[in-house]
Amino acid sequence: MKYGEKPQLIKEDGTRLDGRRPEEPRPIHMEVGVLENADGSALVSFGKTRVLAAVYGPREPIQKYMVLPDRAILRVRYHMAPFSTGERKSPAPSRREIELSKVIREALEPVVMTELYPRTMIDLFIEVLQADGGTRTTGVTAASLALADAGIAMRDLVSGVAIGKVNGKLVVDIDEVEDMYGEADMPVAMATRLGKVVLLQLNGVLSKEEFVKAMDMARKTLEAISEMQRKTLLEKYSKVLQS
Amino acid sequence: MAEEKIIVLPGDKLDGPNLEVRGLGRNYATYKLGDEVYAALPGVLEVTEEKKIYIPLENVYIPKPGDIVIGIVVNVGLSYWTIDINAPYNAVLTAQEFLNRPFNPASESLSLYLVEGDYVIGKISSFDRFRSPFITLKGSEKFGKIVKGKVIEIKPSRIPRVIGKKRSMINMLMEESGCDITVGVNGRIHINCDNPHIEDIVTLAIKKIEAEAHTSGLTDRVRTFLKDKLSNS
Repeated sequence: MKYGEKPQLIKEDGTRLDGRRPEEPRPIHMEVGVLENADGSALVSFGKTRVLAAVYGPREPIQKYMVLPDRAILRVRYHMAPFSTGERKSPAPSRREIELSKVIREALEPVVMTELYPRTMIDLFIEVLQADGGTRTTGVTAASLALADAGIAMRDLVSGVAIGKVNGKLVVDIDEVEDMYGEADMPVAMATRLGKVVLLQLNGVLSKEEFVKAMDMARKTLEAISEMQRKTLLEKYSKVLQS
Repeated sequence: MAEEKIIVLPGDKLDGPNLEVRGLGRNYATYKLGDEVYAALPGVLEVTEEKKIYIPLENVYIPKPGDIVIGIVVNVGLSYWTIDINAPYNAVLTAQEFLNRPFNPASESLSLYLVEGDYVIGKISSFDRFRSPFITLKGSEKFGKIVKGKVIEIKPSRIPRVIGKKRSMINMLMEESGCDITVGVNGRIHINCDNPHIEDIVTLAIKKIEAEAHTSGLTDRVRTFLKDKLSNS
């Protein structure tokens, strides 16, 4: 393969560039309570994508003018570390990062019970340590674990995954290369127990049938990811029950 | 007693007619969807034949009137102090409350009495969703500025365990160590001993309670731990 040439994303035997089957996500690793100073924290990696989330609050708002009388404000900062990408990324928040912060905030607002903490502010920091596609969905997954770890009341956990279309085939959890050369990229986040979609974006074109199929694939994967999130939290607390 | 302990996470159903919610109470730890009740915080569900008890393992301290709290002065104002009580809201301690006499900000300064970083023990006198919590120092001779001993911080969700059933744990700690221990429900504990070394031992015992909360037979284990450490010192 020459430099800059499109790689063969789906091989003859039907597997993908990194050997995964179309409906197979990357190896997922989750950890909670990784930061001592934060009220809640989580580290989640989907393959080479690695995201750290930290929650502070609910606390007194720094600027009084921003408070809401009936609920807490949720402030989300999605940020990519300068060393997270192949080429150094400027640490200043880019247009993309500001937009993703908003998208992630809106994905979490329906599940966080902000009405319990009026006149306060909840700060959520999502730091991408290593980027290899699917950072926003990994970020949402990490953020909801960190919120549960912080003891902030939530209706459900949120999990996210990106579905892509490469070489005309729908695949789960696309990575950087598949995103770059693929035809479509659709990040989805759901509160699986509630059965609610909280984040849905689509870059590229999908037919109606493809979209329905992609949503179905996303739901199946997210149910598995949600179980993994639960297992991670259970492991933390099962120690408390032992002995 | 047939008892089963299971861990529940946000979104898990807590059904059953005899559900008891400990700690923060129903409004903060659960939510309703239709007729079903669901957990909103990670917690332990103790299932016995008669009832189910849900105890949150993580929570944010929410002040309520009558709570004894230990606060840190974060700001000295003209006629009141702002106190950090480890809650989403800072509390207010007025000059009249502290000095127990009328106070004229034109003639004296509050920084003569309490400055930033000072610890105070008090009681929440009023709090609702619209106003900041107020601290009163009336009701106990323990209330007021802390001048001796040490203050440690643990998770607010573990405080009921440090107190124990009918104060069993806290009474045991005080008896064995001979220290005066004041527990603030906001997660701060004041330990006052004659000997700083014993303060450290009591701190270790409380940290042990925090780590092993929700295991059975904890009081006896902590008693053995304390006796062991105290006899070695």
